Amino acid sequence: MIRLGALGVGLLFVITLLWGVIQPREAVAPDPVKALHKHPQEIEWTTNGVFGKFDRKQMQRGFQVYKEICSACHSIHRVAFRDLAALGFSAPEIKAIAAGYDIATIDDKTGEPTTRKGLPADKFPLIYPNEIAARAAQNGALPPDLSLITKAREDGPNYVHSLITGYADAPANWKVPDGLYYNPYFRSLNVAMPPPLAADDQITYVDGTKATKDQMARDVATFLTWTAEPKLEARKETGVAAIAFLLILTALGYLSYRKVWADVKRKPAAV
Amino acid sequence: MSFPWAKHYQPTSEFGKYMDSRLPLPRFIYGALGAGYPTPKNLNYFYNFGVLAGVALVIQIITGVVLGMHYAANTGIAFDSVEHIMRDVNSGWMIRYMHAVGASFFFAVVYVHIFRGLYYGSYKPPREVLWLLGLVIFLLMMATAFMGYVLVWGQMSFWGATVITNLFSAVPIVGEAIHTWLLGGFAPDNATLNRFFSLHYLLPFIIFGVIILHVWALHIPGSNNPTGVDVKGPQDTVPFHPYYTAKDFFGLGVYLTLFSVFVFFLPNALGEVDNYVPANPLSTPTHIVPEWYLLPFYAILKAFTTDFLLVKAKLWGVIAMLAAIVLLFFLPWLDTSPVRSNRYRPLNRIFFWIFVADCLVLGYCGGQLAVEPWVRIGQLAAAYYFAHFLIIIPLIARFEKTLPLPNSISESVLAKYGKPPASGSAGTLGGTAPQPAE
Repeated sequence: MIRLGALGVGLLFVITLLWGVIQPREAVAPDPVKALHKHPQEIEWTTNGVFGKFDRKQMQRGFQVYKEICSACHSIHRVAFRDLAALGFSAPEIKAIAAGYDIATIDDKTGEPTTRKGLPADKFPLIYPNEIAARAAQNGALPPDLSLITKAREDGPNYVHSLITGYADAPANWKVPDGLYYNPYFRSLNVAMPPPLAADDQITYVDGTKATKDQMARDVATFLTWTAEPKLEARKETGVAAIAFLLILTALGYLSYRKVWADVKRKPAAV
Repeated sequence: MSFPWAKHYQPTSEFGKYMDSRLPLPRFIYGALGAGYPTPKNLNYFYNFGVLAGVALVIQIITGVVLGMHYAANTGIAFDSVEHIMRDVNSGWMIRYMHAVGASFFFAVVYVHIFRGLYYGSYKPPREVLWLLGLVIFLLMMATAFMGYVLVWGQMSFWGATVITNLFSAVPIVGEAIHTWLLGGFAPDNATLNRFFSLHYLLPFIIFGVIILHVWALHIPGSNNPTGVDVKGPQDTVPFHPYYTAKDFFGLGVYLTLFSVFVFFLPNALGEVDNYVPANPLSTPTHIVPEWYLLPFYAILKAFTTDFLLVKAKLWGVIAMLAAIVLLFFLPWLDTSPVRSNRYRPLNRIFFWIFVADCLVLGYCGGQLAVEPWVRIGQLAAAYYFAHFLIIIPLIARFEKTLPLPNSISESVLAKYGKPPASGSAGTLGGTAPQPAE
């Protein structure tokens, strides 16, 4: 009875599905975005691989790029000034960087809203108080917070590098709306962000490195890898130690297993 | 409860004797996992996955309890609190990655465990209740994993919750009311997040309880084995301890090594990048997908694209997705073949592997956008899924000519290791040939 019922139910599902299979499909025009969209260029990052590490100098340069260019529109609100110690900044340097920002607070006498100088414990302030203010100032576009951007996009660091260096002239068959820019690495190809890296030497690196567009893009992508995954080095170091330990433990476990089973496994040979 | 030749616990110390007459916990452990539990001696590595699943659950509970100390189930700050764990809590990144990767590994292990049960016929009498309890655990796991994924309150959390809870609204007449009641509102919001957190904390302990029943039900007939032949006597078994404790320890080492590779080097490889974007009810992601382990069921849901027999396509999908799991509860009575193991079922074995491939195809289709050819392939794969369990398996059971079974487990083991070595054949055992002594 169960099997008869099952047969009925099974046939019902199968027929319904096959009915769906034979339905004609509407012809779908090939997606023009798909044809023009490009995958990010693969870069050899210092953070790649099992022993990957941040290059402190590069992160500091990346921070400079962020501060002098990106921070005009993009916040890194999940990062605290104190976190910058990981870039190799000293405590007084961090204090000075923090003091360069105004943080919203209340006046401790009157309770009225006011601002004070930033402290190392503060986080980088938002650029716009809310989404509406951001869109109003940015012609309807919302510049995302960059703290997590390299984890929030497929192939994060490569994507950041390719996006900010990848602006190009739109092909003849592609119409870019007013106020947007053609970028084959952006999902919809039309990005609201103007090309942030206009020319080589747009900024002057403190450490004297030549600020080519590619160099700036690599540096800021490294910096944003760190803002998204500040514990990357600790993670990889712990991983190497953990796996080394586990491999030894597993090898010992295997030897114990062989030894324990020796008498059972050998029996056929001894008969 | 066990085989008559099982060893009995003998307390050796005075304290042991004292406890044994008051709370015989050591006796219980001895009989359940110790030398007092005779186990078939031919279990292969696929039989490690039950223990691994138990360990995976314990890892989830321990890491989850710690995460719960730092997480805030409020839509305003849930995402921030997760990032707080990643950045400011000591080793928080490790705890969270272990929990997130651990969920994937839990499912991977349980899928191997289930397919092992399917291959060796572990659902057949006298282990039907064991199988049913396992399916209850699987269902609870899916609910728990889904709600846990929502807690992050990223884009995929929010939209995943929207899509899945929307399924209930497909139920005729009362659907909308059920949907609103489950969510505590008309769309996922704070009430939803709070109840999901509450249930996500509760369900693992219910899973733990059902696992106790699952293991209890296992200990009545004892483990099945790759031959599917019943244990005939003491020569077929070895005590669980030290034989299988040693083997499980080794298996656990391999598992934890692989787990560490993902936790420390590929922590986000199994996740969706969109979930690092905070939930935004006003912005729908281009492609909403569940975690990989739910994709085959998601594919079945999506496979129904046309209204048929006065039933809406959406309702067909919901019924079919539910049926895809519910039909597994009937499997012991659909497959009536007296032979358990696929080793001796040549026809069923072929269809088993077709079914494995079918599940992989379904999983792949589940992750694709609704475009051709994936919609049609998904529909055919879903059709096979139902045909496999509801039509093919009952028919095979009826008409298949099975291979002769070995008389006992030990006979099959002897056959595997070759006949007792005659002169000159010792070398076939490899490395066991005695070396000339000095």
